[in-house]
Amino acid sequence: MAQVTLRKLVKHYDETPAVRGIDLEISDKEFVVLVGPSGCGKSTTLRMIAGLEDITGGDVLIGGEVVNDVPPKDRDIAMVFQNYALYPHMSVYENMSFGLRLKKTPKDEITRRVQNAAQILDISELLERKPKQLSGGQRQRVAMGRAIVRDPKVFLFDEPLSNLDAKLRVQMRTEIKKVHQKVRTTTVYVTHDQVEAMTLADRVVVMNGGNIEQVGTPNDLYHSPSTKFVAGFIGSPAMNFLPCALDEAAGGLRVRLSDQLSFPVPQERTARYRPHLGRGRLLFGLRPENIMEQRPHLEANQNPFEVELEVTEPMGMETLVYFLVQGMEVCGRVNPNAGARDGKRIKLVADLNNMHLIDDESGKVL
Amino acid sequence: MANGIAAKAPASSPARRMTMQKLMRRRSTTALALALPLIVLISTLVIYPAFYAVYLSMLDRTMEHFTGLRNILFLLHFDTFWMVVKQSCLFAITAVIFKALIGFVTSHFVHNLPAKGQRKWRGMLLVPWVIPTAMSTIAWFWLFDPSYSAINWLLAKFGIESIPFLGVPGWARFSVILVNVWYGAPFFLIMYLAALKSVPDQLYEAAAIDGASWWQKVWYVTLPMMRNIIAITMLFSLIVTFANFDIVRILTYGGPVNSTHIFATWAFALGIQGNNIPMGASVSLFMLPILGVAAYFILRDINRRGSSV
Repeated sequence: MAQVTLRKLVKHYDETPAVRGIDLEISDKEFVVLVGPSGCGKSTTLRMIAGLEDITGGDVLIGGEVVNDVPPKDRDIAMVFQNYALYPHMSVYENMSFGLRLKKTPKDEITRRVQNAAQILDISELLERKPKQLSGGQRQRVAMGRAIVRDPKVFLFDEPLSNLDAKLRVQMRTEIKKVHQKVRTTTVYVTHDQVEAMTLADRVVVMNGGNIEQVGTPNDLYHSPSTKFVAGFIGSPAMNFLPCALDEAAGGLRVRLSDQLSFPVPQERTARYRPHLGRGRLLFGLRPENIMEQRPHLEANQNPFEVELEVTEPMGMETLVYFLVQGMEVCGRVNPNAGARDGKRIKLVADLNNMHLIDDESGKVL
Repeated sequence: MANGIAAKAPASSPARRMTMQKLMRRRSTTALALALPLIVLISTLVIYPAFYAVYLSMLDRTMEHFTGLRNILFLLHFDTFWMVVKQSCLFAITAVIFKALIGFVTSHFVHNLPAKGQRKWRGMLLVPWVIPTAMSTIAWFWLFDPSYSAINWLLAKFGIESIPFLGVPGWARFSVILVNVWYGAPFFLIMYLAALKSVPDQLYEAAAIDGASWWQKVWYVTLPMMRNIIAITMLFSLIVTFANFDIVRILTYGGPVNSTHIFATWAFALGIQGNNIPMGASVSLFMLPILGVAAYFILRDINRRGSSV
């Protein structure tokens, strides 16, 4: 059991920077997810923690000790790979016990640990099989089992669910969460799937272009993103961004999206936004769920407006509606019974309690 | 309607076309037709010569009288024959083992080279295998020359007496094996390199995290993953090496005193040079059961493992 610390961690491949000096503190027993688009440096970071990748600069600390030059086998970590990396010529039992056998652990101790892990993962009856005779989900379990039996300081997961089909992925996601609740071990998990990140993590680290954009709980990231990248990356469908102007009007502020469309800024935010009055290149950010159907009683800062819908996508429990504002496509989520249809004019409500104002130049959320 | 179409069809008689169509529709007929070129090819190039060799081996020296198994029985009581059997086995097995070892080690070296320079090295290391053996063996012949060769010149520099590489049975056997290893190792290198490249990197990474040392990675990951390729390559090479002709023929002529003869060169010496073709055919037939047994064991092992993985 241990905490993991990254200090000014840098990785260059030849001249190409992959990780540009990141700092991160992962506490004991915490489940941290590194998420970001491909090429953002998340896997490289994980592989540096594992010791599979040389460090160009900075430090990796596991349990308070600098492990920069410690080979992977002496770091007391376990890793689950995207394509499972099971030894094809060994049975499930042999796969799971391989690390222990190399360490010359007593036989009955190995059996005990493997059976215990197999029980946690519900693969007890598969122990004699070869990896080829297993389904994708079962192989993933074995790969996790191999990590669990080692009882390491840190679990590392490198996109472990990417090779599974959609349904199995959701199932295994829950499974991983359950396992972490049973086997409380510090975990670093890499994925490009923001849903996985949100559902699994105690804290999410959003990475982009080799840098950390933001670190926070899933709720933090969702409701108070600090940059446009995070705001756009977390949440599906993605947040709407519209160029806007900030105007002074009738004792308050208004965001003007077009000549016809403008909304009053919530009272409690006027002080925060006032310094940016009249500034150019501002973006107005609003999540699709904050654009909904007209309802009889509007709460504070909910503003009705009328649009002509372009496309509607009925999802069953909700309908996604798309319309244009100044030529930019905007997505909203309405009740399936609200009567939204392609090409129809409809009254919608924008809930500005959850609006964001973004400086498009720096990408910072104001 | 059907009649109308038949009437419009060109001259060939409709009845005959019907039987042809019926025949073609039978799957076995089509299969036979498709396989026929191969059957003809194998029959003329493999089966016919093989049976002709069996027939030849049953004739007497004049090739006029049928003698049954007399040639074979004669060989079984002939000391030189047993020496050739021993020498062939020694030659093939030793050479294949060293080729496999050298191929395995060099393939690891080449595999670990940076991708940029790898092609160059691969190309250079393949050269021995690409040069026509007759030519390269002549070069070796010069290298082994007792008085003027480069090797002996070097040995003389260090004050070591010159070695009669091709003049003494022991050294001559060593020399033919050395040349064969030199010639055949690149084949193993290429096969093992291909096998190495097909082992996923993540297996090594998983093993590294599991705590495996370099040797343990080779033992627990590389070797099991390469087993089939190793077995097939060694079997293939065993057959080719066992049936080798050119190296021994050019380097030693089977000498000194028949001590380096292997089946093919001795069969040639008896049959063509000794003007006893039936005896030569009998000698070459002895290769068949020996290789057959080896092939059976190695291929059986591959099948068994193939189904278990």
